[in-house]
Amino acid sequence: MNDSAKTEPKLNYLNAGNTVKSWLFTVDHKRIGVMYLASIVVFFLVGACAAALFRMELATAAPDVFSNDTYNKLFTMHGIIMVFFFLIPAVPGVLGNFLVPIMIGAKDVAFPRLNLASWYIYMLGGSFTLAAVLLGGIDTGWTFYTPYSSVYADSNVILAGTGVFITGFSSILTGLNFIVTVHKMRAPGMRWMRLPLFIWAQYATSIINILGTPVLAITLLLVVFERGFGFGIFDPAKGGDPVLYQHLFWFYSHPAVYIMILPGFGVVSEVLACFSRKRIYGYEFVAFSSLAIAAIGFFVWGHHMFTSSQSEYAALIFSILSFLVGIPTSIKIFNWTATLYKGSIELTAPMIYTLGFIGLFMVGGLTGLFLATMAINVHLHDTYFVVAHFHYVMVGGMMMAWLSGIHFWWPKMFGKMYNEFWAKVGAVVIFFGFNFTFFPQFIAGYMGMPRRYHVYDVAYQPFQMLSTAGAFFMGAGLIICLVTLVASLFRKESCGSNPWKATGLEWTTADSPPHPHNFEAPVVVDVEAYDYTDERIYQDA
Amino acid sequence: MSNATSDHDHEHKPYQQHHFDDMQQQTQSTLLGIWLFMAQEILFFGGMFAAYTIYRILYPTAWAMGSATQNIWLGMFNTIVLIGSSLSIVLAVHAARQNQKWQVMKWFTITMLLGLVFFGVKSVEYRAKWDHGLVPGLHWDDAHALHTLQEHAGDVHGGEGAITELPEGIQLYYSLYFVMTGMHALHMIIGFGLAIWIMIKNARGCFNAEYYPHIEYFGLYWHFVDIVWIFLFPLLYLV
Repeated sequence: MNDSAKTEPKLNYLNAGNTVKSWLFTVDHKRIGVMYLASIVVFFLVGACAAALFRMELATAAPDVFSNDTYNKLFTMHGIIMVFFFLIPAVPGVLGNFLVPIMIGAKDVAFPRLNLASWYIYMLGGSFTLAAVLLGGIDTGWTFYTPYSSVYADSNVILAGTGVFITGFSSILTGLNFIVTVHKMRAPGMRWMRLPLFIWAQYATSIINILGTPVLAITLLLVVFERGFGFGIFDPAKGGDPVLYQHLFWFYSHPAVYIMILPGFGVVSEVLACFSRKRIYGYEFVAFSSLAIAAIGFFVWGHHMFTSSQSEYAALIFSILSFLVGIPTSIKIFNWTATLYKGSIELTAPMIYTLGFIGLFMVGGLTGLFLATMAINVHLHDTYFVVAHFHYVMVGGMMMAWLSGIHFWWPKMFGKMYNEFWAKVGAVVIFFGFNFTFFPQFIAGYMGMPRRYHVYDVAYQPFQMLSTAGAFFMGAGLIICLVTLVASLFRKESCGSNPWKATGLEWTTADSPPHPHNFEAPVVVDVEAYDYTDERIYQDA
Repeated sequence: MSNATSDHDHEHKPYQQHHFDDMQQQTQSTLLGIWLFMAQEILFFGGMFAAYTIYRILYPTAWAMGSATQNIWLGMFNTIVLIGSSLSIVLAVHAARQNQKWQVMKWFTITMLLGLVFFGVKSVEYRAKWDHGLVPGLHWDDAHALHTLQEHAGDVHGGEGAITELPEGIQLYYSLYFVMTGMHALHMIIGFGLAIWIMIKNARGCFNAEYYPHIEYFGLYWHFVDIVWIFLFPLLYLV
């Protein structure tokens, strides 16, 4: 940072202060976004290492690397860290914090100090959970199902549950901040129908955060009380109903998958419009489908419990509602595809990630329809088919979208362009590695291989071997991607304020990296989003 | 936090934060924020009310007997105390609107004193549960609990001593009783912390007749906490 201050005399949010204190006590949404980026990458690497370890174990049918117990702890740690500390905060925490105020022409989010508090809350929750791992780990799976978690599992459940409980408040505060910011802080002329679709997606996500996360919070708190004090809310020995836990848990955790994926949809809409040089086809439909997904997403949680003593009529309704989510989702997919039609497509690194996203997410989404069908669900429940399905959505969908967004806005965040060749290599390697890892799991799952076993029938070994090989391939891609991005920070030359020739206030009006107050003069908006016929974006760099 | 680019025409009040264009925007944002916060609070308590509803339907006898062991008069007294504290916090907001700094102090103090009375009564009730072995997990005593139920649940099951064993799900009733009233009490403790912070700010003269958002929003929060109790009292004591 010191060097950049000399070569770039212009004031920006990075060189506005160089002390550690100026970062830890900052209320600048851009710095908070960068702090989220650094911490989320650390959590991601921890979760990825856990995955690498148990993938090694799973390469062969026999137990060879870890004990049963260690294996259980590894996949639990992978799940908890990836879901609560990577997937949920990744896009809102990093890109949302950085971009929401800039995209709508505001100087900051509505509550900057609350925003900083949300980062500290995230770190506090993360420390509790990591402490649980270091003190011996837990083996409940990321879902903390009772009564195993509340009566039998070891007491680190208390620490991990508290950690997730605390982190929940960081998403609630971020969600609250974004909703108020979008409602009240838009620049003059920034009407709702001129908002970038990224903002619509963040807005829909924030609604789920506010209405869903507190239910998870109280549910986990009840588990913690049950484990810690012996209260019996979910304990069958005291008359409690473990299925009630599942209902409360999935009331949040199913909408939570939309918390993860909706911001990814927002990223994809931005990147796709930019590199097709076209307005997003059916802007209004894409915008409102985000809200529709958020709304319907609250009423489908029962499809996680087709096999757990739910009445068949309830299951029927949940099944139908689950199919309904497919409609707004496919509206998005069709509109994205239509945007590509006759566009001037440019295969940059972010675009490769985004196209990868569309393909992989579609596989994930369509297999979701298989699983929403009750009869098929009974056969596939708790098999590797489910594992493959949600990894296609979460990794193939959400992680690809996140990486696309990071590559797209990296020059905006740091003012430096990365080596495009290596970034593309990383994207392609991740895409193929991902498919090698998870496609075989569809087949293994369809053949009946149950999830969460570390010793399995030798008939499934070829699929698991492919999977393990693919995982390390994908890991190599991630390392290429990480090295490429970090290396760009040491480059001397600036990328200019609009290297992609993109629309949007963050590109056309703000510097790269932006001024501490985002814009040097008050912003007035007079164009719609994605006006790629506008001459102004093609003028200077 | 000075405004680095203060080139707009608006008059800048000292309490306007730099990232807002004008006071109206700041006020509206804060108000929307506080209501969203309330929305998430409702969902937070909603999880417990959902559990309450389901178990009440599953175990009506346990619920009837459990609430029969509650001291309705203490609960009633506490309800009145909390409604009184709602009144006093409204008067504090009113005083702030009139620019009467020391009146604000007075009504805040009265609100907190009423809160302390509530805690005093609550601790008597908790203590009684502990003594009767009615705390699931921590201090549960089957024999003693049965005895207490036989003593109080006469109205429920045709005369004293009519039950010979604990009704199914009785521990759930008490678990939920402690969790729900405990979470309510936790919100009150947080309220105490906020109240002290606001009183310090008030003493320093941070507020005036046109700027007193902390006081007003604390009022909303305190009402919310009261309303939760207004639901808890009938659900846990009366029905």
